[in-house]
Amino acid sequence: MAYLDHAATTPMLDEALEAYVATAREVGNASSLHAAGRRARRRVEESRERVAAVLGARPSEVIFTGGGTESDNLAVKGVFWARRAARAERTRVVSSAVEHHAVLDAVDWLATHEGAEVGWLPVDAAGRLDPERLRAELAAHGDRVALVTAMWANNEVGTVQPVAELAAVAAEHGVPFHTDAIQAVGQVPVDFAASGVSALTVTGHKLGGPTGVGALLLARDVAATPLLHGGGQERDVRSGTLDTAGIVAFAVAVEAAVKGQQEYAARVAALRDELVERVRQAVPEVVFNGDPDDRLPGNAHFSFPGCEGDALLLLLDAQGIACSTGSACSAGVAQPSHVLLAMGADDDRARSSLRFTLGHTSTRADVDALIAALPAAVERARRAAALRTPR
Amino acid sequence: MRVLAAMSGGVDSAVAAARAVAAGYDVTGVHLALARNPQTYRTGARGCCTLEDSRDARRAADVIGIPFYVWDMADRFHEDVVDDFVAEYAAGRTPNPCLRCNEKIKFAAVLDRAVALGFDAVVTGHHARLGADGLLRRSVDLAKDQSYVLAVLTREQLDRSIFPLGDSTKAEVRAEAARRGLAVAEKPDSHDICFIADGDTRGFLAQRLGEAPGDVVDALTGAVVGSHSGAYQYTVGQRRGLHLDRPAPDGRPRYVLSITPKTNTVTVGPAEALEVDRVRATRPVWTGGARPAGPVECEVQLRAHGDVVPATVSLDGDGLRASLRRPVRGVAAGQAIVAYRPDPAGDVVLGSATITD
Repeated sequence: MAYLDHAATTPMLDEALEAYVATAREVGNASSLHAAGRRARRRVEESRERVAAVLGARPSEVIFTGGGTESDNLAVKGVFWARRAARAERTRVVSSAVEHHAVLDAVDWLATHEGAEVGWLPVDAAGRLDPERLRAELAAHGDRVALVTAMWANNEVGTVQPVAELAAVAAEHGVPFHTDAIQAVGQVPVDFAASGVSALTVTGHKLGGPTGVGALLLARDVAATPLLHGGGQERDVRSGTLDTAGIVAFAVAVEAAVKGQQEYAARVAALRDELVERVRQAVPEVVFNGDPDDRLPGNAHFSFPGCEGDALLLLLDAQGIACSTGSACSAGVAQPSHVLLAMGADDDRARSSLRFTLGHTSTRADVDALIAALPAAVERARRAAALRTPR
Repeated sequence: MRVLAAMSGGVDSAVAAARAVAAGYDVTGVHLALARNPQTYRTGARGCCTLEDSRDARRAADVIGIPFYVWDMADRFHEDVVDDFVAEYAAGRTPNPCLRCNEKIKFAAVLDRAVALGFDAVVTGHHARLGADGLLRRSVDLAKDQSYVLAVLTREQLDRSIFPLGDSTKAEVRAEAARRGLAVAEKPDSHDICFIADGDTRGFLAQRLGEAPGDVVDALTGAVVGSHSGAYQYTVGQRRGLHLDRPAPDGRPRYVLSITPKTNTVTVGPAEALEVDRVRATRPVWTGGARPAGPVECEVQLRAHGDVVPATVSLDGDGLRASLRRPVRGVAAGQAIVAYRPDPAGDVVLGSATITD
């Protein structure tokens, strides 16, 4: 099998898996007062320190969560609620048109259920945000903005945003800035303090850790109203018994991913460049999406004119090649990518796209397998799509 | 051979897919998303096209061990089946949407896409036999036989179709599903029309066609005997819900005899006036082979699960005529006339056409 969907999830690192299993064998609730509890607590706090150290945060700024979606929801809703509670006129949220659904739908929820206004920041044809647009937005509405949320790097097309510049603009207006860095950590340099952001989402399973554990890095001067109420764990912001084994494995993976980032990025970007070049040779009319320079090292995203992405996926899947279209609705129906639509693509181009993402286990053999299968798949998908033309 | 199994989420299509695997085919499962908004369609217990059905189909594919995808056919389904259904009622006819779905969606849009993607055939869970001789026959389970709604398929479509259930009864299919560990083994059969969520066909049509009040007229006297809020709400042969102001002079029940959209009139009369012994139909499809040269002695069925009548079917320009050996009641324009050749090995479908009058 050629697994070219590392942005969906990537295999766990051996050291993370071993740490998980070893910790999961131990009994102990990190909130308990006895020796077993203290041992679990110690593992959690050591993990917190490890995560903080490699991501440029203070340990007290690390809130462990149940993963990326929870961290994004906590940041978006929690900071909105807290800022509005402090000043009632802060009812506006500024976000980008290319966010992951974990942010997009949380923002939409605030609009629908909490009366929030939303300022959507557009992107250019490469999927990039313009800090000047944020400056104009905040100049017009700054007093009423509860928070700005914009992702560090896009999960579909791989474009890396000018996060530090955006955060600096938000800081000029004293508005908290959250970034979903799920795709960025371990792929590009990420430093919480140096970037100037107030909140940052990271998750385990995109960087070699387990699924179902992540963190929100939350600056100490930024308040967030909890989503989950209960035992008061994690600064009272995120109640729930701490997942000691998951957190330990997560920290091991974050540390390994961040420490190995440079070497990883160089190797994977070279393989990705080879993939892109060979796809272009195999299918000359292919359109390469996203920013050619400021992009994630493992991401290659294409539109295949005259094809439907879901037909290509089926055909490649049958050849043992795993890749991804955009998102699907709850019934499993492929939807045109909101990211590509925001980049100015029409519906056909948005539906014709496919994402290949490389990761730490990728090899040239994966690329070879893709190139061997792709031309025939494109040919067939084109024939199938031609049937859609009006009768 | 690579085949595509259409999986509705019900027990029949799940077992059909499993049998295709057992027969040595390389099977891929596909669930057709037909609803523009899946929440509005019937729940899994009663129909198709819901999130629950999609999940049931996926789970069955997991158990069988085949790849599974969801294909979005909602736009095609709405154009070719739902809009057609509404337009047919508006024109005073009584359509069969399952038949239209087979003709336009399952064995057209889906089959064409499958062939383009490199599949050789489509597998479905219809209860009908299609053997090595290429002839379409009734299922061994006459109560569940679906050859009527498949009789619109052409030779080319049948050549790329596989119906693995035709030799089994429904009870056998359910028992096999249980044996294979398919959770849908006990799932209730689907009934009625999948895209009408509450089963209220009149309400569905009223919503789309609006109120159009008109007269109900007695066929014998020509007198107006009642009123209606839309002629499309009636079907030929209907007796209930006529709300007539005046009883018939002879006190006998009256039935809908015909619907005239032009004058928005529903004509009613006694049961015997419903009897017809001649039927005309259009758009014939010769499923069982070539277009016959002359009149054909056969049996005809005039609606789904309807009685079978001996008849002579003759070509009539682009359409056909059928002379029935005995009169039949409640023949509605828009339904299909399906011709069968009686056969001890399962009655053979010769062809079908759409009844005009």
